[in-house]
Amino acid sequence: MIAVIDYGMGNICSLGHALQRLGVEWQLTADPTVITTASHVILPGVGNAAEAMENLKKLQLPELITTLRRPVLGICVGMQVMCRHSEEGDVDCIGIFDAKVKRFIQQPGVKVPNMGWSRLANMDGKLFKGIDKGSYAYFVHSYYAPLCPDTIATSRHPEMFSAALKYENFYGTQFHPEKSGDVGESIIKNFINL
Amino acid sequence: MPAKRIIPCLDVKNGRTVKGINFEGLTDVGDPVELGARYAREGADELVYLDISASKECRNTFTSLVSNIARHINIPFTVGGGISSIDDASRLLDAGADKITINSAAVANPALISEIAARYGRQFVVVAIDAKQIDGTWRVTTHGGSRLTDLELFTWAVEVERLGAGEIMFTSMDHDGTRNGYPCDTFARLCSELSIPVIASGGAGSVDDIAKVLIDGTADAALAASIFHYGEITITELKQQLSSRGIEVRLTK
Repeated sequence: MIAVIDYGMGNICSLGHALQRLGVEWQLTADPTVITTASHVILPGVGNAAEAMENLKKLQLPELITTLRRPVLGICVGMQVMCRHSEEGDVDCIGIFDAKVKRFIQQPGVKVPNMGWSRLANMDGKLFKGIDKGSYAYFVHSYYAPLCPDTIATSRHPEMFSAALKYENFYGTQFHPEKSGDVGESIIKNFINL
Repeated sequence: MPAKRIIPCLDVKNGRTVKGINFEGLTDVGDPVELGARYAREGADELVYLDISASKECRNTFTSLVSNIARHINIPFTVGGGISSIDDASRLLDAGADKITINSAAVANPALISEIAARYGRQFVVVAIDAKQIDGTWRVTTHGGSRLTDLELFTWAVEVERLGAGEIMFTSMDHDGTRNGYPCDTFARLCSELSIPVIASGGAGSVDDIAKVLIDGTADAALAASIFHYGEITITELKQQLSSRGIEVRLTK
């Protein structure tokens, strides 16, 4: 059973539907027992990193998340709060990934938020098994994790940033696999098969 | 940098797709979910569903349709038509819409843009702007172009961004339905004055038109209805042709 962490950060509707389409059992929960016994854990997130951290803290989840030994996947802001710090609200985060999340700098020709389909490059490891080089994923974000030792995929806007991160059993994607068509579906499948 | 997006627009009335020919392989061309799924398979980057029903009862039909779309489509989709309050927006978000688009309601009540953006994030709010040229000035219109406002296009677009819109979808009422192409200079100016993405809508008659608005007009995306619905060109073919002209688009297998 997959636990999708319920911490009041945006609509998890599309993630739920994506899991449903893959025919896997999942539950939306903030219950520590359910989260620790789940086979896989997903930390979704749409919105603001500072608010996300505050909500996680209220539920006493940041520490619990660091103790998980099953595969964990943070998506978008879910990935960002698994980093060390975020510029969004200048907040200290869970600190699993060795990165400090920054805001894209607005400049001519560079739209913020970065919204749309961008190419994935430098994909590494099981999460990207079977994904063709140069495949596109769907991104919606104004903040990003720079390249770091935990980077397992990159994208550009226009500078290179971390499209995905991995540290031990923890994974994060800046893009939304649940909205990234067949490529996204394969990535979720790969995560479930970890 | 994101690829240029191609977005088919589907008009929905009483829960059924309005335009469209009988595509090969589709059992029911009037089924918005099936038609949307086909476009997604062909490589559409997003879908836009516009509810053109008039009555309140049809709003409920549309909401259940939105949940159905969300269950079956694995790319982002925007819904619009008749959204005039935060409750309307919430109802559609709960049903699974990734974005909503507002037009006349944003002109009537600009605070609505901020209200929705504050609650659900600016990525959720696409503001559609219709305008036409009157004595050399682009003036904003509402209610499908039938009502002229005092707003000037560029001033309004900048204000809409400031209020919290995540994207702007611009239609020139002088070009809409003509199939003679888009006003590329106007798009280029809009894009240079805004830092959010601009979607070009209304006027596409050929691949050339779409290529021009993406290159010369620097638009981030092109939305079209009839050229896809009447099967003149498939999305796959369009994207291949755009790609061969050096435009970055997402090609799918």
